[in-house]
Amino acid sequence: MASAATGAAKPGLLLLRRTDATFTAALRARFRVLDFYASGEPLRAFLTAAAAEPDPPRAALVVAGGAILVDAAFLDAVPSLGCVVTTGAGVDHVDLAQCAGRGVVVAGAGEIYSVDVADHAVGLLIGVLRRLAAADRYVRAGLWPAQGDYRLTSKLSGKRVGIIGLGSIGSQIAKRLQAFGCAVSYHSRAPKASVPYRYFPDVHALAADSDALIVACALNDATRRIVGRRVLDALGPDGVLVNIARGGNVDEQELVAALQDGRIAGAGLDVFQNEPHVPPELRDMDNAVLTAHEAVFTEESRADLQELMIGNLEAFFAGKPLLTPVLRP
Amino acid sequence: MRRMKKINTPHHETPRHDSRDSPTHRQSPVTRAANQREVAHSGQRELSAKASREASFRISVMASSADEPLPALLLFRVREIDFHAALRERYRVLDFYTSGEALPAFLAAAAAAADPPRAALIVGGGTPARVDAAFLDAVPSLRFVFNTGAGMDHIDLAECARRGVAVANSGTVYSTDVADHAVGVLLDVLRRVSAAQRFLRRGLWPLQGDYHPLGTKVGGKRVGIIGLGNIGMLIAKRLQAFGCAISYNSRKPKESVSYKYFATVHDLASESDVLVVACALSKETRHVVNRDVLDALGKDGVVINIGRGPIIHEAELVAALREGRIAGAGLDVFEKEPKVPAELFSMDNVVLTPHVAVFTTESRSDLRDVAIGNLEAFFAGKPLLTPVLPRSWLVEQSVA
Repeated sequence: MASAATGAAKPGLLLLRRTDATFTAALRARFRVLDFYASGEPLRAFLTAAAAEPDPPRAALVVAGGAILVDAAFLDAVPSLGCVVTTGAGVDHVDLAQCAGRGVVVAGAGEIYSVDVADHAVGLLIGVLRRLAAADRYVRAGLWPAQGDYRLTSKLSGKRVGIIGLGSIGSQIAKRLQAFGCAVSYHSRAPKASVPYRYFPDVHALAADSDALIVACALNDATRRIVGRRVLDALGPDGVLVNIARGGNVDEQELVAALQDGRIAGAGLDVFQNEPHVPPELRDMDNAVLTAHEAVFTEESRADLQELMIGNLEAFFAGKPLLTPVLRP
Repeated sequence: MRRMKKINTPHHETPRHDSRDSPTHRQSPVTRAANQREVAHSGQRELSAKASREASFRISVMASSADEPLPALLLFRVREIDFHAALRERYRVLDFYTSGEALPAFLAAAAAAADPPRAALIVGGGTPARVDAAFLDAVPSLRFVFNTGAGMDHIDLAECARRGVAVANSGTVYSTDVADHAVGVLLDVLRRVSAAQRFLRRGLWPLQGDYHPLGTKVGGKRVGIIGLGNIGMLIAKRLQAFGCAISYNSRKPKESVSYKYFATVHDLASESDVLVVACALSKETRHVVNRDVLDALGKDGVVINIGRGPIIHEAELVAALREGRIAGAGLDVFEKEPKVPAELFSMDNVVLTPHVAVFTTESRSDLRDVAIGNLEAFFAGKPLLTPVLPRSWLVEQSVA
């Protein structure tokens, strides 16, 4: 640790993320923590005060999800910053171009979440095809003795699945679905070398050729609303959509309309355009499986993540390369 | 001897208890008449060998259906419109459910008829008809039983073998759907998918913040499968792709399998994070998952049951969940279906489904094919497609 090696005061760290007691203690053991959420101040005032300190902080640990944006204004407010560590699977809340322009390095969550998100994606897919949550509701409502057997559902094994985005998450999803005998295809900016799946340069063509479409790409200008009316229509009335990427990747209004009209068969969604608000129409649909942006969250990954954040911060303060740097696309 | 007719295989959605008449691939009378005229005139034209065979086949079928009555078939109980219609097209269906009679009277009447039934089709899972000595005594004409269910616990195979009654079942028609369901329920329990759904439906996300408690990682979990038949193997293959470590218990170790074998369910449970029940119900497996096994599984352990309800001691399971001695359960089957212990309804760490693991539109369609394929083979004196007790074996052996 820098403080032990040099005997100097602990390096300052802007903490813009809610943490649990264990993690807070671990941070305070290594860094001089300036805690935004504990301060109760508005963001601008907090940043300005931190910047005005005699030894202003050089690193920031920032929550993902968009509540706090690391943009030009943020970086202007704390010119001492040299490193931003963020914890989300996505980094769409960090302006990578601005950071690069100012020599601010960015560390992300690497592939720590990929497996858990992939597991969750498959869980949502089976959940929507086999109506697990709806069947569970049926049982809990006492309808099995009252109304008899539940309806037929739709087989997963052997179906054609199209994955939008074949990064580490998309690849883990593909690997799992192969074990179910699914035929996996994908769309991404460019084809990936040496993958056994069929590549579609056009996302509509992918949707037209798929029984299920899984959104697993990052959110950026190219992928905002990549799933809109045309893609949904191409997916068709027997098709299902799974989104474990970002609410912004899907045109939510069109999706709700398509489900209401029966133009697609169902959807499994972990993310929404305006979290924590979920369109009420979706909440009551039996063919929509909804979870509260938790695909990344398991007990085990939380522990892994905390280790990774501290590892990245220590690397930065020791002048070493970040463990999980995020590079400009 | 009637020749086999081509089996039509509609793949569209068939609601299982829908009383509407749904469209089938059956020919309308107009089309059928047109085809008959076409065949009658086709003798004038040069026909390929195949077309000639088809034409003569059609003629012989029409001739046979004009001369011979359809063979009688005892039916217990098919509710799907398409399936029922397909059976009625080919057989004189004696439907227990619509007869309104008690079982003994129904069987006696069938046996006393001019052309008593040589075959029976039994829908497993909740049927009242046990194919036992009394049943077989009541219908001595019976030579073949087709069972649609994955489970065979309502059929006395020894009695059937003793009397030379062949038995066939649905083979592997359901296996992938059951395996998919097992994995889906396991993911749901570990990652709390249905529980999150309830949270969102109650509008709690804006009010209470993120859903808690967190789920648990699937990868690296030790999964112990009780019963490594078709279904167990498919579950194992799927979970391996998630990074789970697979072990199993069955009557004997399987030779070509690399998973770790445990000779007892207790030992399997003690080295597992997730216990999956995928075996048949028998004298040996009834209540094999008991208090002892649940305690061995432990307070972080999860039980998944897609076998039969009575394999797990249900009262002990409910108690273990209530007391936190295991972490959760995913159950598609119960001891007294459709009754489910009400205490489970308020638990967030369980997933309950109403015995649906086999019920996809695709597998119902495949089941129709396999059922009719086996019946046609039986009536044509050909080998059964998916025998449990093959006719030839019965003929060759002197069965004790």
